[in-house]
Amino acid sequence: MTSSATAPARRRRRLVARPAAWLIWGVVAFFFVNLAGVIGSVLVSSFGNRWYDSWLPQEFTTKWYGQSWQEFGLFQVLVVTLEVSLLVVGISVLVGVPAAYALARRSFPGRRLLYLLFLLPILMPPITYGIPLATVLYKYGFAGHLSGVVLANLVPSVPFVILTMTPFIEQIDPAVERAARMCGAGTRQIFVRILAPLLLPGILAASILVLVRTVGMFELTFLTAGPDSQTLVVALYYSMSAAGIRAQQSIDAMAVMYTTMMLVLLVIALRFVNPTQLVARVREDID
Amino acid sequence: MSFAQLRLDGVTRSFAGHDALTDLNLTVRSGEFIALLGPSGCGKSTALNCLAGLLPLTRGSIWSDDTRLDTVQAERRGFGMVFQNYALFPHMSVRRNIAFGLQMRRLPRAEIRRRTEEAIRLVRLEEHANKLPGQLSGGQQQRVAIARAVVLEPALVLMDEPLSNLDAKLRLEMRTEIRRLHQSLGLTTVYVTHDQEEALSLADRLVVLREGRVQQIGTPEELHTRPANWHVADFMGYRNLLRLRADDRTGQDEVVVTGHGLRLVGTPVGPVRAGAEVIAGVRPEDLRITGPEEGVPAVVEVVEYQGREVAVEARTADGVQFNLRTQTRPTLGERIGIVVDPVRLLVFPADGTDADGDDRPAGEPAEEPTTGDSR
Amino acid sequence: MSATATPSRTGDPTGDDPPGGRAPVGVRVALRHRLAERGVDRQLLLLVPAALFVLVLFIYPFGYGVGLSFQPTEGGPFATYQEFFTDAYLRDTIWTTLSLSLPAALLNVAASVPIAYRMRGRFRGKRLLTTVLVVPITLGTVLTAQGLLNFLGPTGWFNRTLLAVGLTDDPIRLTNNYWGVFFSIVITGFPFAFLLVLSYLSGIDPTLERAAATLGANWWQRFRRITLPLLAPGLATTFCLTFVLAFSVFPSAVLVGDPAGTTRVISIAAYDAAYVQYDYPMAATIAVLMGLVELLVIAAVLGWRALLYTGSTAGGKG
Repeated sequence: MTSSATAPARRRRRLVARPAAWLIWGVVAFFFVNLAGVIGSVLVSSFGNRWYDSWLPQEFTTKWYGQSWQEFGLFQVLVVTLEVSLLVVGISVLVGVPAAYALARRSFPGRRLLYLLFLLPILMPPITYGIPLATVLYKYGFAGHLSGVVLANLVPSVPFVILTMTPFIEQIDPAVERAARMCGAGTRQIFVRILAPLLLPGILAASILVLVRTVGMFELTFLTAGPDSQTLVVALYYSMSAAGIRAQQSIDAMAVMYTTMMLVLLVIALRFVNPTQLVARVREDID
Repeated sequence: MSFAQLRLDGVTRSFAGHDALTDLNLTVRSGEFIALLGPSGCGKSTALNCLAGLLPLTRGSIWSDDTRLDTVQAERRGFGMVFQNYALFPHMSVRRNIAFGLQMRRLPRAEIRRRTEEAIRLVRLEEHANKLPGQLSGGQQQRVAIARAVVLEPALVLMDEPLSNLDAKLRLEMRTEIRRLHQSLGLTTVYVTHDQEEALSLADRLVVLREGRVQQIGTPEELHTRPANWHVADFMGYRNLLRLRADDRTGQDEVVVTGHGLRLVGTPVGPVRAGAEVIAGVRPEDLRITGPEEGVPAVVEVVEYQGREVAVEARTADGVQFNLRTQTRPTLGERIGIVVDPVRLLVFPADGTDADGDDRPAGEPAEEPTTGDSR
Repeated sequence: MSATATPSRTGDPTGDDPPGGRAPVGVRVALRHRLAERGVDRQLLLLVPAALFVLVLFIYPFGYGVGLSFQPTEGGPFATYQEFFTDAYLRDTIWTTLSLSLPAALLNVAASVPIAYRMRGRFRGKRLLTTVLVVPITLGTVLTAQGLLNFLGPTGWFNRTLLAVGLTDDPIRLTNNYWGVFFSIVITGFPFAFLLVLSYLSGIDPTLERAAATLGANWWQRFRRITLPLLAPGLATTFCLTFVLAFSVFPSAVLVGDPAGTTRVISIAAYDAAYVQYDYPMAATIAVLMGLVELLVIAAVLGWRALLYTGSTAGGKG
């Protein structure tokens, strides 16, 4: 990927670097220490009992996990999260990949306009279109159910698949498809025998990115979910904003479960994609 | 699927209102090797893609004997194609690449295996049959691409600059290989290239294109000795193109041209009127160096050693520059005389375009296409 | 070479019209060709489902929201807009949001540049570093908020450390106010900005700097005159994306902020209008204004970016 394209034969840096370098490494270290503190304090708290004014809790326990699992009905929440995410991934890939193919391969009048159309849902804050979208979804009876949550999450996901897949498709030489046609392959056979195997890594990457985004998507799910269709992140938000009713630690336990889930997804994702890809593929299109 | 004659009839293709290929008429006979030749952007690849069915025609038609072909989809025409950048399927082994077309035809498994192995042997890739294209060298990849195209025993093989990505030595080897395959398999081939030497050595007939229009169709010998206009001459290695004026005393077979302090005798090609502006062309190897007392006096400015020959650049007192090739090596600054054989100096009517560049200046009307009739 | 070179026939075909009627086919084919020439054919149908999705689920609701914003429960078509700008409690949310998101986005981009510049080469652990940086992005705002509450709270590890070192006598209040939200934005936004800037920097051909070095430029001149101008468009894009992220801050503003006061951002106002007061026209109005403000900032940045060189950063070749 891009990061490996830098100077291959760079001289090994001297160990004694300039003060500026120390400063920079210091800032990075400070950031990481605090990040570790943020995550660590949640983790420790979730295993702690009676943690008041001290560095560490007085005793450690795992009871909060069982408690939050039952109190928040986490099994149901996890099932919903999984259902929503898989549906969103499946539909957005089915809809997005063909569109990405057409966008990458063809030039036609209005192509740039269409690109902008696909870019907008990613650029706009979810709240701005989430509120009118939720209103519309309520009007037609989708909101409050799983279908509404899935529909709302598709809004940024379909464009995201398109933007992620476009560079993947562009790097496949169109002559390969023409060569297949000259060998007598029809459109369907080209897709099944040539494009699908070549695009599989890209589709996997796009799927895993959409999965991560959907599991983490708070706003849209929050605005459209009913009591039975909350995903984990929304359930977590509700339990936090209703703090005081439940023990702080069981919320922490839930947060740890959420974190673990995200980290597992992340580890899987990083097997397929470069870290920078997780951030955005948007830049190609603004350029 | 094979044909006795493949006929292109007024084939025209335009992109967004601009004609990339205009009114191409060509008849390909079975067993022929035809080269489409021209500089980049001349429409030769467009012509090939139209023939393949990868580009729909804007006007015109293509006929395989009495069957109309241009409405048939590419995958049903039964042609084979070799692409410039090979276009091998990167996820398939050499063997599976070659077998792909046979599988698409739903041939029996045993026959697929037999013909695939035969094709692999034909291009001498036995040891590499299980490798992926990415593990092969450029020349090997090109051989796979050729095997993939010919294994189908196509009625016509189309080749789109297949050698342009190879280095010089490999290019020569592959050139021989392609000619060998063409003859041993009895193929009919249409070959696109911008390399005149390649086209001359491979083809039975050449089609020279410029700005989407046919300039000349002919055998290599005809194109080499009798280019139909100065554009073709320019492309066929007539490096000395001089903008001169036809003198009054113009005979039937000879014409005297003057200008820039020169006075030369040449052979007219096409309608050369007395007093008209002309472009006189001669190849570097058709100029002879003598002593300064004979021919056109000039001073040697550049001497370039090129193996068995020496390329020389010389300039006259009026600033006209000549490119020559000799066996003997003149010294820099030497005064020489340049002698031109009247038969070798071809005099073309100037068409108002610039003789220095090979591209026509913008905004200038397209000239009449000069086809091989000019003989 | 084959012995019989075929005689040079010029291109003219055998003369007679080819068999089969041409005219009726020609007319039909011509229209298809004319469209195909412009790149319109059946393959574009592949775009239809995706375009429909965006139209039905994004454009239509957005248009519906805009329409709704002009149909207030009482008053003329602009009543809600008027109310928004007269009511300080609503109007100030724009200022609150911008005062959070603009400095945070600026800090994220500004801090990313020197760090990414330092780290653009290859070194051991780079992949690990970038991987760890992705963590806060995937954690999302809700978990970050929970962590910040624990970590920066009055009895959290951060304040404990400050007290232990003796930098302060009383715990500093860093949560449930502006700073809590600010840190939350930085924690999720900085890695995002850093990774983007790093990928932009890696796209700049390092031989350009070496070329500048051979021309006598020192490291600052190389950075200032070569790298920075090539990087600037990327920085503008990064700023926009980081800003979008910061601008839509919602959960952290509620959880670690002071949602009734100093961190009452515009998305809270929109949410309140919709789900607390059930005033949908007002909610739609706020959403529209939120989108407008964001697009204005982006347009300003991209407008500035349009003035910059935005071509290839790969040097001459390729």
